[in-house]
Amino acid sequence: MKLSQNPSIPKKAEGLLRDLKLMLLLTCKRIIALVLMVLIGVYLTILIANMGGRVDELRLVQIRSEISEAVRGDLSFRELDSAERNQLIQRRVDLEVQRLNLDRPFLLRSFSYLYRAMRLDLGRAEQMHSDKGSREVHAIILERLPATLLLFGTANLLIFFLSVYTALWLSRHYGSFMDRIVIVLAPTSAAPAWFYGIFLILCFAFLLPILPAGGMVRAPPPEDNWNYTLSVLKHMALPVMAMLLSQIFISIYSWRTFFLIHSSEDYVEMARAKGLPSRMIERRYILRPTLAPVITSFMLMLISMWSGAIILERTFSWPGLGTLIFQAIGHHDTPVIIGSVVIFAYLLAFSILVLDIVYGIVDPRVRIGVSR
Amino acid sequence: MRYWSERLWELRRYPSALLGMAIIFCLVGLSIVTVIAIPYDEALDRWRGGDYWRMHPRNAEPVWLNRLKGGNKPKTLIISSHDAETKSVTFSGGRRLRIPLHFDYDFSAFPSEINLFLKSEKHTREPFARLTWHTPDGREIPLGGRRITANDRFSLSQDWALERRLGQLPHVGLLARPDTDSPEVLSGRYTLVLDAVLFDEAAEITAELVVYGRVHGLAGTDHQRRDLLLALLWGTPIALAFGLLAAVGTTLTTLVIAAAGVWFGGRLDATIQRLTEINMILPLLPILVMVGTLYSTSIWLMLGVVVLLGIFSASAKMYRAMLLPIRESPYIQAAQAYGASDSRIILHYLVPRILPVLIPTFVTLIPAFVFLEASLAVLGLGDPVLPTWGKVLNDAQNESALYNHYYYWVLAPALLLMLTGLGFALLGFALDRVFNPRLRRI
Repeated sequence: MKLSQNPSIPKKAEGLLRDLKLMLLLTCKRIIALVLMVLIGVYLTILIANMGGRVDELRLVQIRSEISEAVRGDLSFRELDSAERNQLIQRRVDLEVQRLNLDRPFLLRSFSYLYRAMRLDLGRAEQMHSDKGSREVHAIILERLPATLLLFGTANLLIFFLSVYTALWLSRHYGSFMDRIVIVLAPTSAAPAWFYGIFLILCFAFLLPILPAGGMVRAPPPEDNWNYTLSVLKHMALPVMAMLLSQIFISIYSWRTFFLIHSSEDYVEMARAKGLPSRMIERRYILRPTLAPVITSFMLMLISMWSGAIILERTFSWPGLGTLIFQAIGHHDTPVIIGSVVIFAYLLAFSILVLDIVYGIVDPRVRIGVSR
Repeated sequence: MRYWSERLWELRRYPSALLGMAIIFCLVGLSIVTVIAIPYDEALDRWRGGDYWRMHPRNAEPVWLNRLKGGNKPKTLIISSHDAETKSVTFSGGRRLRIPLHFDYDFSAFPSEINLFLKSEKHTREPFARLTWHTPDGREIPLGGRRITANDRFSLSQDWALERRLGQLPHVGLLARPDTDSPEVLSGRYTLVLDAVLFDEAAEITAELVVYGRVHGLAGTDHQRRDLLLALLWGTPIALAFGLLAAVGTTLTTLVIAAAGVWFGGRLDATIQRLTEINMILPLLPILVMVGTLYSTSIWLMLGVVVLLGIFSASAKMYRAMLLPIRESPYIQAAQAYGASDSRIILHYLVPRILPVLIPTFVTLIPAFVFLEASLAVLGLGDPVLPTWGKVLNDAQNESALYNHYYYWVLAPALLLMLTGLGFALLGFALDRVFNPRLRRI
């Protein structure tokens, strides 16, 4: 470990042991806190998704009307008289209610939901199914997750690295023409990505039809892998561009300001006075002390990636998690809604945990619990 | 006070701030004019659609856009029987009227629709009307006749028999030059002659011929004939109000709660911290979508949920970090010494201290909420009765406006949204430089 080479720690082995112990303690503390956080967050989501039982009433009415329609429409039940038919309907409704656990009070059900959700046993969807025909919630979510990760991973990584490197360059060329352009363009980020998406669709799909307006792959999908990848890339171009347009300038601007503040510190001036090359100044004197905020923003970017973006995905008909959540809400499909939020909560908590540990490694003050 | 006025005076050195303020002033002025010119109830009533718009064309583009493109698309012509020279012949038991409705047509394109609205009053027996179409080159096309009710309309464009007879859509065939392969407009004076037989002395009949154009007003119309200008105008105060209320609601509550947590410390502080962490897990947009689909899409409910979820937002942590050192400063101890109450210390000593840092965030938060409202509307969760920019966009999306080349329908609300966002963002960025001491050094 690099940190143990720090001259302020007297003995190598002793310092390492102490660091490990502190890190372990920190990790345990954070894990307990995060589990509690996820527990409460998921429970709140269950309450909201069910609207305190209101959705159940809606569903009861729906079940009854569906079953009575099915029974009335079935020719084989035509001979029954109305009393018998009503009995049959009632029996089927009871069965369906039992199948969906609607006969138990909501409070009890909410806890069983919570228990199962925490064990990642997400249950079966009520209305929706995956493209392969499975009703399992985790199958539905797993099917959509890669699409979201592909799109948002590409876009976010691109934005992150592009903005950090451009910002570093700009902080060296402070006040240059490019710098001014970025400052002028920064306020354009007030508009979200879907908004630019509309314009991009207008320009590149209708006025100048060179790129597809929506979807993830050409229909029918190309047979061989090479064409398939090419088609996906073509479909990705516009949404990635929309995200890039809406975030890149503000991102460069804030990083640039951040680096500028840090490059006016005394030790950087000192390094300059010593005549160190600018690459070295950047790496050793600017990037290293700012590592913690850089990592934080990288992690926050990862977190925002998990959830996808409902509207951007809808605008481009991208078959990801955002579209899934919107469809699930439209179908009043509680298990799918809760399932996606649970997955989101877990991923978020995991990201925060990793962030805390990385913080502990990077920043000794966090490790020994000194409040800043 | 001196501090504030000095800082604000500094803004004049930033052209972007002046531009931003100019945009905001324009928007606010537009809102005030709109609210005064078109009262709220009237706007809602009109936006519901229906009979009010029957004289407006469907999907007409703005007049200025057509001018700009050098086109000569038709405007809507309304010819009323009040201005026509009516010939009246009385006979026993009734009257015979001959109403010629003239109009000059010299546009390059065909109208989008033709309707005749008839109103007959003070009769006991329904009058009978027969229509004949006279073209400039002297042809006469009979359009049939029928008994007319008190409030009647002849939809010439939807007369299938006429369409079959002409071989093309009635509003094209009636104005086309005869015997050409592709339809061409025959310009000149057209006349629709209405021969009516009234079976009463006192009975009266009024007719209005509407030749719907393809351009309308400043903003065009949508698929329900509604003038988009109404929604664009009324969208301004709604967007500003939503953005402002949501921004004020979330920032102020968060700030006060963070200050209370810092001041009282201990368990309250810990609870607030934990609540903030839990709130981070709850995804805002899915919850809003859930509330919208399951409860109601009223804009005020949405506002409430946004503020509620915004109370314990991540910025509470930031405020806490800023307030912690201030808590220990001597002037707070002095306040305590003279016996200031807790609420006085929080509201008068802690909160105002970090307001300057907050102002830029606050200003940039407004467009974020304006866009949030638009986002919800684009998802189909806009307020059911209010005319907003987002709802115009949503209508346009549902009617595939881009695919049908109704670009104005998407561009006008989008540009207004952009302008709002840009105005506040420009001002916010300049404020950030003025109020943030670390930024001012460089």
